[in-house]
Parts: sequence; C-alpha cells; structure tokens
Amino acid sequence: MGAEFLTIFWRDMVKFWRLKAMLFASLIQPILWLALFGPAMGSFFENNMMTMPSVTGVVSVNYLTFMSSGIIAMTILFTCLYSGIFIQLDKQTGLLKQMMASPMEREHIFFGLSLSGTTKSLIQVIIIIVFGLILGVRFFEGFAPINIIISLLGILLFVVLFAMGLMFLSLAIAMKIQSHEGVQAVITLLTLPLFFASNALYPLESMPIAIRAISSINPLTYFINGIRYFSIGSSFNSFGTQYTYTNADILISFAFLFGFMMIMYFAATRIFRKAKVV
Amino acid sequence: MEEQIISVKGLSHRYGDLKAVDNISFNVEKGKIFSFLGPNGAGKTTTINILITLLPIQDGTVSISGYDLKTQHKSVRKSVGIVFQEETLDRDLTVWETMEFHGRIYSLPKDVRTTRIDELLKVVELIDKRDELVKNLSGGMKRRLEIARGLLTRPKVLFLDEPTIGLDPQTRYSVWDYIKKVNKEGVTIFLTTHYMDEADQLSDVINIIDNGEIIAKGTSNSLKDEIGKDMIYLETDKDEKSTQILKKISEIKKIKSSSKGLVISLNVEGSRFLPKLIKKIENEGIEIKSVNLKKPSLDDVFIHFTGRELRENQEKKKNKSIMGGMN
Repeated sequence: MGAEFLTIFWRDMVKFWRLKAMLFASLIQPILWLALFGPAMGSFFENNMMTMPSVTGVVSVNYLTFMSSGIIAMTILFTCLYSGIFIQLDKQTGLLKQMMASPMEREHIFFGLSLSGTTKSLIQVIIIIVFGLILGVRFFEGFAPINIIISLLGILLFVVLFAMGLMFLSLAIAMKIQSHEGVQAVITLLTLPLFFASNALYPLESMPIAIRAISSINPLTYFINGIRYFSIGSSFNSFGTQYTYTNADILISFAFLFGFMMIMYFAATRIFRKAKVV
Repeated sequence: MEEQIISVKGLSHRYGDLKAVDNISFNVEKGKIFSFLGPNGAGKTTTINILITLLPIQDGTVSISGYDLKTQHKSVRKSVGIVFQEETLDRDLTVWETMEFHGRIYSLPKDVRTTRIDELLKVVELIDKRDELVKNLSGGMKRRLEIARGLLTRPKVLFLDEPTIGLDPQTRYSVWDYIKKVNKEGVTIFLTTHYMDEADQLSDVINIIDNGEIIAKGTSNSLKDEIGKDMIYLETDKDEKSTQILKKISEIKKIKSSSKGLVISLNVEGSRFLPKLIKKIENEGIEIKSVNLKKPSLDDVFIHFTGRELRENQEKKKNKSIMGGMN
C-alpha cells in the first residue's frame, strides 16, 4: 500500500481547517452535557445517596468525573459515525467518481478519511479534557507527573482504536447505502442505542439484564473502561459502586477495540472494492 | 498504417434487461479527435465508463494504449484522463489544491506536480485564480479547470464526456479552442456529444451512435458526402408531379418529401445545377413557391441514418417518460 491515503487525509484536514466553525459546533454538545447535565445529575445522586457508606481506603469520585469519560465516548461516537456522511457529499459532488477512476487502491479513500476523522476526534478529546478540568472534573487526581503522561498516551491510544473502528464502520455504511436519507437514518438508529446501552452515564451493574448483554458487546463500554482506568485509576468508588480494573481487564478492552477496528477495516475494504460509482 | 491507441471489439453492456451498448467495435487512431455523436441514452457515457474502468466489461475486448482492459486496469487508469459530463469538483478546495490533490492520488512526484500544475493553469488561463476557491469560479472556468486536471497526468487519451453541456456559446467556443490546442500537443481525444456543431467542429472521426449501436462512421465530410454533395429544398404547388419529373434526372441522388416540400440530394455541385432544375419544373407548368440550396449538415446526416432528428428524438423520449410516470 502506497501513501496516497495521506493525500485524502490532507484534503480533509485542509477543509476542516477552513471550516473551523464545525469544530466549535461539535464541541457545544459535550460541553453542555458537562456543564449542565453533569452537575444536575450529580447533585440528585448526592441528595439521594447520602446514606450510602463510602468505602474507606478507596478514591471516591463525583458523578461529573464518572460521566465525563462517557461524554468523551459520546463525542467520538457522534463525530465519527456522522463523518461517514462526508463520503456521501463526495458522491454528490462527483469527486468520489474521480477518485475511483484513479489508479489509487480503493482502501486509501476510506483509510485517509478515517485518519482525518480520528485526528478531529483527538482534537475534540483534548479540548473536552481541558474544559472538563476547568468545570471540576477530577481527572488524574493523585497521579505523579509521569503517570499523567502515561495516562494521556493511554487515552489517546484508545481514542485512535475506537475512532478508527467507528470511521471504518460509518464509511462502509455510507458507501453501501445509496441514498443520503438512508445513511442518515441508519446512523441515527445506531448512535443512541450504542450510547445508552453502555456504561457511559451509569454503572453496568444497575442495568436490566438485556441491556447489560448488549453493553457487553458494545465497543463503547470497552472504550469507556479504558478511559476511566487511565483518567481515574484502577480502583475507585462512585456513589456506592466499587470499580476495580485489573491489568487483564484493560488488555481485554484493548483487544476488543483492536478486534472491532480490524473487523470494520475488512468490512470497509470489501465494500469499497466492490462499490460501483457511475 | 496508423497506430491504434484504442481498440474495441464486440463490446456490449446491459443494465438488467436494458441493453445500453450493443456489440460495438471501433478503433481510435493515435493523435486524433474521435467522437461519439448521439442522443442522450444512446450508450455514450456507458461506453466511456467501461473504457475508464468504472464499469466492468461484460462482453467484448478492449485494449487501450496496449493494455488489456480486463487484466491491466491499473495501467489503463494511469494512461487515461477523464472529464466527466457532470461537474466533479470539491467546491471547498482552491484551484491549486484541486490540481495538487489529483497529482498526488496519481502519485506524481512533487517537482513534476509543481511545474506541470502552473504550466497547465497557464494553458487554461486560470493561473490568476490559483488560490481562489472552486465555488467562486464561473461555469466555464470550472470546465477549464477540469480539463487541466484531466491533462495533469499526461494521459495518452483524454476522455471528454459532453464537455460543453450547459455552457454559454462564448464559453463553448473557448473550450473548443482548448480541446484543439491539447490535441495539437499530441493527446488523443475521445469525445462524446449530442451537439452536431461540436462533433462537426472538433472531430477527425465521427461515430453516430443510436440505441447502443454505431450506425455510421467517417469524417464529417465523408458522412455528408454519403448523403449527397448539395441539397435543395424545393416547395412547389404540385410536389408529387415534381417528384415524378425529377426522378428521371441523373444528377439527383435521392428525393424525400417532407412537410415543407421536397428535399433533394445531388450528385453534383448545386449552384450550377439549380437553374437547370428550375427551368425543367417551370416548363411543366408547375409553380415554384420557394427554393433553397444548402450544403448538407450533420443534422441532415443524422436524419438520413436514423430517420429522425436528434432533437425531436429527445423530445419524444422525454414525452414518453412523462407519460410513463403518469400511468
């Protein structure tokens, strides 16, 4: 495989930079969740669960800190899944046809776009973490500086796996389905169930068994496990629920996300190679 | 013998039950402007899409620049350039970025891109618009940019699918000039059009295509010669009687009656023959209402081979589809 995907990446980033308003627009939603939903829900929990005994010797985190990993996941989920629609635009402008007629292998088209979608996600995640810290999210508390750096690298690694997998998925859907409306409908149908059937806003333990089953094959859950582990620690307590992540848990999460990404890569490759655009 | 850059044998293509291209064969000589002339839906774009590898070959063999289309499609892609019928530009990129993007996906080295992009933008007179966003360009400028882009990879053959569709007359003429200029540099041009004047002005070889088949081919002049040297449009008060008289004249190749009188194709030059014809008719006591001498146009050629006018044909199709929609 040559490096033509870098050209696809370059073009998308040039446009992204030109339309900076899109970046700000994409940040409004997560920041509203952190600024409004987080504190409101947090104080509700605090008022109702005052009687819960806190476990001694374990870090206790507030709800805002707990849910912010979920908000990071949500932002990536929405950004990446809706990015697939960009290839629909290329279909409409005809540029996709131009790319398909070039000697470049088809994989470059979706790989390059996935790379730019992931870059956008990384930028968003960094901004959300910084905003979160300002709003009172207690990430990296009690971490030594070297651990903060390692944790940040861990977060970025998980973001890359998760975002690439989602980008492959959404581009495959957008390539496979002919109509713009169809793509929009499928993506919308996909995002909210994935978000709610995960541990983004509440612990898995309190879910009905059916939703729990879904969440156990939901890449969002594994991604959020990783983010919580790197940002809060291997053992913490939030509103009476005890969280412990062993190294094995994190390796499983990593392996799951890696597997998710690879399966989506092969699915997208298949769909792009077969696609006819005339 | 001239070198053949494209050689097509027995090419057919179906969309389900619809036969879009029906067993066509042709050769394109290197350095020529070769055109497909025909109404919309005749199979022109389908043929182009097969030749540039966007559609798979169902039936037939094609070789382009010595490469077999079926087995060496990557080499074919490298040796052809394409300007699609509809605009295929990213409006949020600048003129230069559009060219740079294209050069990079074709893996042209950086130094080659740098010199060639400026060179081509000068040719199509867009060098002043280098950093302008595509969405701010006029229709003609966008077309010129697409032509420049098609040439960036120095293709052996440049495919132009209806290159002047939707452009105003002045812009059309300037696009024609660029096409001729590019052809003079040695690029073979494969053109499709449903405009008679475009095929007439540009092509070395014209293929008239209708319902997926090539029904006539030749140079513009040879096609016109086939239906006669000159044509006379004659209106009299007794058209039938006139036809009987004229049938006996050896200089007349063919007579057709139309709603506006008789259409007479000649074997000889019309200006010297016309006085003789008028005398002959008037001697029989027939009154001539109007007479018009003209050189055959491609329109006449098209009518001759298909039995209908190009435009009329399209109107009919349109009506048919409207009727179909109402049922």
